[in-house]
Amino acid sequence: MNFQPVLLLTDVLFFLLLAIGCATVFYVRRSEPLRAAWRKVGSRASGMASATILLAFLAVGLADSLHYRPQLPSAAIGNGAAQTNADPTAAASHVSYSSEVLSVLDALLAPLRTRVEKTYSAPFAAELYARETVELPLGGQARIYPRLAHGAAHLADPSVERAGDLARRMTAGVAGAILVWLVVAGGLTTALARWRGHGLGEAVGALARGRTLLAWRAVLVTLAAILIVVGLSIALAPHYHVFGTDKVGQDVLYLSLKSVRTALIIGTLTTLVMLPFAVALGIMAGYLGGWVDDVIQYLYTVLNAIPGVLLIAAAVLMMQVVIDTHPQWFATAAERADARLLALCMILGITSWTGLCRLLRGETLKLRELEYVQAARAFGVGTPAILRRHVLPNVMHIVMIALVMDFSGLVLAEAVLSYVGIGVDPTTISFGTMINMARAELAREPMVWWSLMAAFAFMFVLVLSANLFADVVRDAFDPRRG
Amino acid sequence: MFAYVVRRLLYALPILIGVNLITFGLFFVVNSPDDMARMHLGVKRVTPEAIERWKAERGYDRPLFFNAQAPGQGRITETIFFEKSLRMFAFDFGRADDGRNIGQEIRDRMGPSLALALPTFVLGLFASVAFALMLVFFRASYLDFWGVVWCVAMMSISSLFYIIGGQWLVSKVWALVPISGYAPGLDSARFLMLPVFISVIAGVGSNARWYRTIFLEEISKDYVRTARAKGLSELAVLFRHVLKNAMIPILTGVVVVIPLLFMGSLLVESFFGIPGLGSYTIDAINAQDFAVVRAMVFIGSVLYIVGLLFTDISYTLVDPRVRLE
Repeated sequence: MNFQPVLLLTDVLFFLLLAIGCATVFYVRRSEPLRAAWRKVGSRASGMASATILLAFLAVGLADSLHYRPQLPSAAIGNGAAQTNADPTAAASHVSYSSEVLSVLDALLAPLRTRVEKTYSAPFAAELYARETVELPLGGQARIYPRLAHGAAHLADPSVERAGDLARRMTAGVAGAILVWLVVAGGLTTALARWRGHGLGEAVGALARGRTLLAWRAVLVTLAAILIVVGLSIALAPHYHVFGTDKVGQDVLYLSLKSVRTALIIGTLTTLVMLPFAVALGIMAGYLGGWVDDVIQYLYTVLNAIPGVLLIAAAVLMMQVVIDTHPQWFATAAERADARLLALCMILGITSWTGLCRLLRGETLKLRELEYVQAARAFGVGTPAILRRHVLPNVMHIVMIALVMDFSGLVLAEAVLSYVGIGVDPTTISFGTMINMARAELAREPMVWWSLMAAFAFMFVLVLSANLFADVVRDAFDPRRG
Repeated sequence: MFAYVVRRLLYALPILIGVNLITFGLFFVVNSPDDMARMHLGVKRVTPEAIERWKAERGYDRPLFFNAQAPGQGRITETIFFEKSLRMFAFDFGRADDGRNIGQEIRDRMGPSLALALPTFVLGLFASVAFALMLVFFRASYLDFWGVVWCVAMMSISSLFYIIGGQWLVSKVWALVPISGYAPGLDSARFLMLPVFISVIAGVGSNARWYRTIFLEEISKDYVRTARAKGLSELAVLFRHVLKNAMIPILTGVVVVIPLLFMGSLLVESFFGIPGLGSYTIDAINAQDFAVVRAMVFIGSVLYIVGLLFTDISYTLVDPRVRLE
């Protein structure tokens, strides 16, 4: 299939963040104290388990960040016709691409994305949620629950066959998951055995008793849980709507997976955007003192004085005006939604850098008086060099802790802000928009609970693992916590 | 003390001016009043006359900073900056888009907001401190461990879940209290019970965990060991010594929010239909009523600064070592 790669702004920044992450890994490998701190993170079972879950979410987010525009079928025909005319340049100019921007995740989940029902349907349901009037073949009309177009469509009589079919598919899914897990676990054991120079049996024993240097047992247990969930989804999702469908009949599992990217972008890019401000201003205020300190302190006191939600609301309202009055800036709807997402990250960043800035200022005030900084100053090292070489590396642990601590709060904040109407674009799939859409339907009888529950469950797992990981990182990097 | 308070209030002035400049910049410089009018009236098919009328109705048809056409003092006073920004210092917020006086509306809505926020604050503080003290009392046991796990799990749940779940369970399934609404006077208790309860539950996870850390830090100090060596029971140590000394770091985070209680809670008020300032703000955001949002930003910052002042004063009350000069 022909396609045109699309690089949205948030994609670029997300990849930049990943590159920074990789660079950090290389940097850490060279520095013994940092390696020791990370080894401490790795030796904690909760740290490794939550890291595994976060990596799984990251994989989903990454697949959803590789965007492209598929070629339109009609254009493909035009393309073929042009080629018979032996004029490749003309052919190239004729190719037109869909205005719909898809991602690799969309392609992987194509069966979920395209199999849209009419409206709500419960998880694993074979019938629609709402009754419809149908013409009976013998004449006359009846109000029945019509069968779904896709969910459980392969069953002739769902009320009888469904339980058996579900059991069969679930067994297959779990069996597949166990198989994959065995392969991974075997690979890991062999690698560990070779690395430590032990026999295979010894490695298995150490792994099972949790006696390895890094908490690999926790990783394997978490991985087993993830694989079973994934295996069940793969076995069931093509034939059922595992989490039901929403108002316009979209599969809720698909929506939940798409929301992961939005959550990750908000949680990480916000910190990335504010980091340069917070670090530069905090260090300068602490080290230079005098009027620079006064100005920076004034700046963050003023920003701090405005209640966060209101500042965000005011800024988002204004940004909406800017985006709405300049429709010519954006080629596709996806680009506009993306610009809004990025703007939201920036607004959240601007309102949240003050806390980190104050912490960094305080730490720099302490560092400034230490012997090695004084010595550097006595040797005539310039201020920029001192800041870069002696101050910055020694406040990085605070930055690191802030980065992981902020993530979970930001993911939760996104849902609330989207509910209030000052969050992401309504067309962007996120946990907040999912909750917002599902909320109105709670009053229905019987209740439509599944899309709410799916959004909350995904958010809970993501935020819980982020919180656990943040705790472990803080314990390992904060010198005050022994 | 009095001199200190006066000086602190004078310090607050430049901060308020800064807040004012930021909001002014956000609302009038980033977007011109023309943009706002076009947005309000719908981007397409909008006539210049309609825009002019919209601006005139709201007093946005004046120059930003300097009115060369007006005589005398009017050069300064008949501008958007003076009318919309400087007037706020006199707590004159002008009119909302629906024509009502914002100042009056705020006064009316403060009561319900406070009726919700104050019990939430007091009960929440009490519940969190009590839970944290219990965890510290049983520290390094399974109860402590699972208590912390419980806290982390609770703070990982979205506040929307607590509200929606609580509303569904208590109001719909058990039908104990009305789903939403408000009545003035004592009758309001019926409507406020559930939102207060939910807000307390939603906040207890993160607060209790934070207080536990503070208590644990305090409990490893020398005076605590001395108290135990004197033969005091663990409960006496906790309540008479640790709790008292841990109040200082707790106050830092707590007192600052007391004045902000007036602002109410955006989420809870809008879910439960309580006519407070929080739901007022949400309605204004959804209706894109810029005048109201601007007024709320200003009031919020004033209250925050008052909260900072309270924090400093409260230190002298709980810690005789701190003197304000």
